[in-house]
Amino acid sequence: MTIASSSPPSRLPLGGAQGAGTKSRTRRARSRENQGDGRLAAVFIAPALLGFLVFLLWPTLRGIYLSFTRFNLLTPAEWVGFDNYVRMVNDPIFWNSLTVTVEYVFINIGVQTVAALAIAVLLQRLTQSALLRGIVLTPYLMSNVVAGLVWLWILDTQLGIGNEIISAVGADRIPFLADETWAIPTIALINVWRHVGYTALLLFAGLQAIPNDMYEAAKVDGASEWRMFWRITMPLLRPVLAVVLIMTVIGSFQVFDTVAVTTAGGPANATNVLQYYIYGSAFGRFQFGYASAMSVALLIVLSAITVLQYRLTRAGQTDLG
Amino acid sequence: MRLRTLTALAGALALSLVSGCANGGAAGSSANTVTYWLWDANQLPAYQACAKGFEKENPGLKVKITQLGWSDYWTKLTAGFIAGTQPDVFTDHIQYFGQFADLKVLEPLDDLGIEDSDYQPGLAANWIGQDGHRYGAPKDWDTVAFFYNEKMAKDAGLTADQLNNLAWNPKDGGTFEKAVAHLTIDRNGRRGDEPGFDKNNVKVYGLASNGGGFGDGQTQWSNFAASAGWSYLDKPRWGTKYQYDSKTFQSVIQWYFGLAKKGYMPPLSDYNVQSNQANTQVAAGKAAAAFDGAWMISTYAGFKGLDMKTALTPVGPTGKRATMMNGLADSITKASKNKEGARKWVAYLASDECQTVVGRYGVVFPATPAGTRAAVAAYDKKGLDVSAFTEPVADKKRFRTFSYPIAGYSADMTALMAPAMEDIYGNGKPVSSLDETNDQINLILGQ
Repeated sequence: MTIASSSPPSRLPLGGAQGAGTKSRTRRARSRENQGDGRLAAVFIAPALLGFLVFLLWPTLRGIYLSFTRFNLLTPAEWVGFDNYVRMVNDPIFWNSLTVTVEYVFINIGVQTVAALAIAVLLQRLTQSALLRGIVLTPYLMSNVVAGLVWLWILDTQLGIGNEIISAVGADRIPFLADETWAIPTIALINVWRHVGYTALLLFAGLQAIPNDMYEAAKVDGASEWRMFWRITMPLLRPVLAVVLIMTVIGSFQVFDTVAVTTAGGPANATNVLQYYIYGSAFGRFQFGYASAMSVALLIVLSAITVLQYRLTRAGQTDLG
Repeated sequence: MRLRTLTALAGALALSLVSGCANGGAAGSSANTVTYWLWDANQLPAYQACAKGFEKENPGLKVKITQLGWSDYWTKLTAGFIAGTQPDVFTDHIQYFGQFADLKVLEPLDDLGIEDSDYQPGLAANWIGQDGHRYGAPKDWDTVAFFYNEKMAKDAGLTADQLNNLAWNPKDGGTFEKAVAHLTIDRNGRRGDEPGFDKNNVKVYGLASNGGGFGDGQTQWSNFAASAGWSYLDKPRWGTKYQYDSKTFQSVIQWYFGLAKKGYMPPLSDYNVQSNQANTQVAAGKAAAAFDGAWMISTYAGFKGLDMKTALTPVGPTGKRATMMNGLADSITKASKNKEGARKWVAYLASDECQTVVGRYGVVFPATPAGTRAAVAAYDKKGLDVSAFTEPVADKKRFRTFSYPIAGYSADMTALMAPAMEDIYGNGKPVSSLDETNDQINLILGQ
């Protein structure tokens, strides 16, 4: 923060010994004050910076280094150049994992965004109830693992109550988490169930920033709710929606825990999402070099998607003039 | 001044974090404590009793036992090896032994005086690594048998004697398949071997499913494959080539998963490793019988309202019955901070003295013959007949027992075989697809 008391140099009298002396005194005073600010700022930033360096930057750099090595964690890493990347490009399971992950992200983000937007708009236009907002958020309070396990038990083909109901109404049981076709959509929807309230709340906060008089003016002009949604809500919500999309897509690509507790990557690699494959390679097979290479690939994919999304959605600009 | 205070506080916090980590590393380990890990909660009281005896014999030494669930156990152990927070002694499984030996995290136990003849046959020899050193002291063993619901068997008109004398072959499944078909009942009450049986609407399956079986098929297909004369590897221990490309093996697999196609065993989509294993299917009345291991005896016996009995595995084309005989061992970690105490504890764990105490709890078969006898007596006291598990070990003429595959890179083997078997079981992929998987595994093994 700048201190407002020091006057800008341009207002100082030019020339003359006294003038010059005042100028330099002011400068000194200003730099001293700035120095004080800088130190204070450094102290405030230090914990976050330390965290960033230790838990983000260092592991990232080390991960990139390890991706060029053969490393089992217990013996020293051995430099192998691009071997891991060559193996990755030729590994059908890696490509399968990437495809499965993309399929998951599409279903998860597609359904979640539409549903969250609907909930947010309904919350904004119809009710001010804090209780309702609380209820919408409830599934998010549960841990992913618990949510995964609860749904696993509900959806179990032979014993789950969900399938008991399906069977009771005369339909065939559905192997939600045990069939190649069903497993990924099921996991994607379980996570929609858990996250939709949180996403809706983020969007709802964005909606609150849209001035109410716009809706009133539109109403006076005789616009319908539907028209107002497309002409006012959507354009003005765009920057918030864009940021929410970027965040949820990144999170979605990193799906792990729900897969770990419901299907463990099966049946036959049908849900072996990238993070799960990376985990298995590292902690199951001790191939930390190869797992690092795949992590770097994921980092590149995510960075590219984020830049693209940011550009396409003009997330940095607002249409609220 | 304020700045300095803040800096000092931050510094103190950082220091306490660092020293906290360091403390965590040494937690529990000291010159007079031995830390010990195991995964089976049922066995915890037995080993606590053992530890008491040990502490009495070794005044000043204490044993600190930690029990963790199977999957957390291995994750935590791995993390422990990396972070230096590993226990002094831990319960080891053959599946992980090769990998740990490769990673050089185990302490050789050559001077512990472990003799083959002191334990049930084969158990001690399994824990000698490729380098010729011993890395585990045998603690227990288990075999696989056929658990069945007595009432369902009676309703099907099958006697205990009949179920104990089944035979199978990969062509028509023999009397075993006939029995399993007869135990199967569809929605309309028709049995699996009756005309008009509806295989798509089965109420009770004859045989429960334990999934694809990864690369070992311990409670799935291994007893069939072995009684057909097949072996996992070209050598009993530290083989260099897996044999999933064998025509014999593939014919067994085709027949075994074919049971699901015929409606006698649930499809793969009915199985879930978390929510619906074979024992759950039996407990829920969805299956009449299951192959399962000796470690499940108490679980099956505990099913409320069900009378469970056990039968021997069926006789195969070789004329012998077969079962995996898997044994656990106690290993010392190389980075143990109390190796001397750890050695004493492992020697005690491997002794008749401790194994008899453990046997008396009737939860597991200890590795020494005296320990095994104590366990059989304890099961007997509980009213449980365990002869279907002990006979294969005692009678090598009629039975073939084999070990879990002992080779390097077993995690890689499992990672490749798990989806391959599920593809055959769940997606109807031809068994010949195992040729390619086998080549991939052998390529890794040959590195």
